Amino acid sequence: MAIVVDRDTRLVVQGITGREGSFHATRNLRYGTNVVAGVTPAKGGMDVEGIPVFDTVRDAVAETSPNTAMVFVPARFAADAIYEAVDAGIETVICITEGLPAHDMLRVYNYVRPKGVTLIGPNCPGVLSPGKANVGIIPAEIFSEGSVGLVSRSGTLTYQIGHELTQLGIGQSTIVGIGGDPVVGSSFVDVLARFEADPETELVVMVGEIGGNEEEKAAEFIAEQMSTPVVAYIAGFTAPPGKTMGHAGAIISGSAGTARAKKEALEARGVRVGTNPTEAARLAAEAVGARTA
Amino acid sequence: MDLYEYQGKELFARAGIPVSQGRVATTPEEARAAAEEIGGQVVVKAQVLTGGRGKAGGIKLAASPDEAEERAREILGLDIRGHVVRKLWIEKASDIAKEYYLSVTFDRGEKKPLFMFTTQGGMDIEEVAAESPEALARLHVEPLAGFQPWQARWLCFAAGLEDPDEQKQVMAIVAKLYGAFVDFDAMLCEVNPLIVTPDGEVKALDSKFTVDDNALFRHADVAEMRDVEAADPRERLAREKGVTYVKLDGEIGILGNGAGLVMATLDVIDQVGGRPANFCDLGGGGDAQGVVDALEVITSDDQVEAILFNIFGGITRCDEVARGILTALGQMTIEHPIVVRLDGTNAEEGRQMLVDAAPPDLYVEETMLAAAERVVEVAKAKAA
Repeated sequence: MAIVVDRDTRLVVQGITGREGSFHATRNLRYGTNVVAGVTPAKGGMDVEGIPVFDTVRDAVAETSPNTAMVFVPARFAADAIYEAVDAGIETVICITEGLPAHDMLRVYNYVRPKGVTLIGPNCPGVLSPGKANVGIIPAEIFSEGSVGLVSRSGTLTYQIGHELTQLGIGQSTIVGIGGDPVVGSSFVDVLARFEADPETELVVMVGEIGGNEEEKAAEFIAEQMSTPVVAYIAGFTAPPGKTMGHAGAIISGSAGTARAKKEALEARGVRVGTNPTEAARLAAEAVGARTA
Repeated sequence: MDLYEYQGKELFARAGIPVSQGRVATTPEEARAAAEEIGGQVVVKAQVLTGGRGKAGGIKLAASPDEAEERAREILGLDIRGHVVRKLWIEKASDIAKEYYLSVTFDRGEKKPLFMFTTQGGMDIEEVAAESPEALARLHVEPLAGFQPWQARWLCFAAGLEDPDEQKQVMAIVAKLYGAFVDFDAMLCEVNPLIVTPDGEVKALDSKFTVDDNALFRHADVAEMRDVEAADPRERLAREKGVTYVKLDGEIGILGNGAGLVMATLDVIDQVGGRPANFCDLGGGGDAQGVVDALEVITSDDQVEAILFNIFGGITRCDEVARGILTALGQMTIEHPIVVRLDGTNAEEGRQMLVDAAPPDLYVEETMLAAAERVVEVAKAKAA
């Protein structure tokens, strides 16, 4: 098993005829993901490497029955694309696009949530279940099949830690990039709950960074509701307050959202936190070793 | 993007929130002219994007145009928490009977806007929240339903505001503040203090206004309010070149691909005894022009002694990044030692390309930790 995407994923790509959209849709297809359709308004009828393109998500649903949508449209149209996918009955929406206005996302989040739809992102690298499906821009070559779940607010940092795990001989069940914005569709807690319910995931590595309080909420959830062990890494100990560090959500506001506070909250709940990506990977390796020994 | 007090007040005024009339001045002479135009007693207020202006001597009363000119001379050029005063707001002085606090913020934890109102204004709100939480009325707004009038009533009653005339005015301001918050894509709209004059008039005496950078495309007028002159000169250069850059206070210049990886790099530099000079994210690509632009920004900082590239190759392969770095170095002269760490997709090919080309004073490393140690070592050698 895996979480969010797997062999049952039937993917529709919104914005498939754009440069990025077509590049990554094709990459995902070659990886083995079941890409059933693409959507670009007024380009219905054409195809991208054999993937049929429709004018609307509703048309794509009627003809090809996708259950997952990947959003690759520009930021100012991305909220609209998410609403379109959800209103067409799509169960899982993964939004790669970066730069969505925060107020748009506030409304999207509160609209989507009660419907039980899984929204990942925006401003995220997507979701990869090695050997099963890749939806997004994660380079699958550096990961391998296995039983460690990875959840992160940062793309390259996830690749870094995944790469180190792979080199230590530890494969991954699913890699989930939840995104670097202040409001994202799925929080650490949402993804941790999915990993907890996944019998194949034996350990989770959680990669957090400065800003907000989702790592603190995760610490509480891990202590109270998880039997699967979790190790963590937090980036941004040297970040100054009040400055946005690349990701829109990576900002210390006043005294809230520091890396130190997050590390302390996690450690107080018994979660081991690596001081750098290499140490986090090593802690994960130790924990997996202890479990299988 | 943070706005100055006078810019925030302009947006308040557009939303229909009462503010005092005033003028912007950048010289003592302009301050005098503004005071003459406004008439009567004025307040000369430093415009800086930081708190604590009053304590730092950045806000002063002036009874006449002469005095306004004098006060302006004192305040212009003041350094308030690292911000040099270059602009003043000359405002008609207000008599203050009471000071309240009102704000609406973007509560990312709850994923809803949050109103806060208290009759204990003029103080630091974190202090009020800590010392007398019962005096602070807090209420979330459902984003899909939007603001409803009962919420303004609740805030007034919960905060113990009893005067019916004040209630009426505050309720109207609450509604208008929510309008400004949504219409301008704000992350924060704060009025501290919200004052009541001896005549019973309620108005905004100060403003703190932050607009979401990602929404500026639909607010061209607000985007133009950005004071490019006030930014750190390196951050200004970075903005012009489209480089994601934050100036820090150390000697190790840092470039990497991906915000999280760069943040981790800063931390590792600190752990091995160095101090990062900056945050700089090249993004997913590693094309030569992007590297040239980033290096120009980083080396414009005189504190920099050595530079670290921390690249993890994903879809952008390390050999492509190595080619970009070599092309960039061929186009410019860099006088600092450079350490390049390449790992991930095609890392060996990338490293080999750099070793074969062997530019002077360039060191190649495989791991983040080894690269951090190496760059701190060469920086110390250079500084010595």
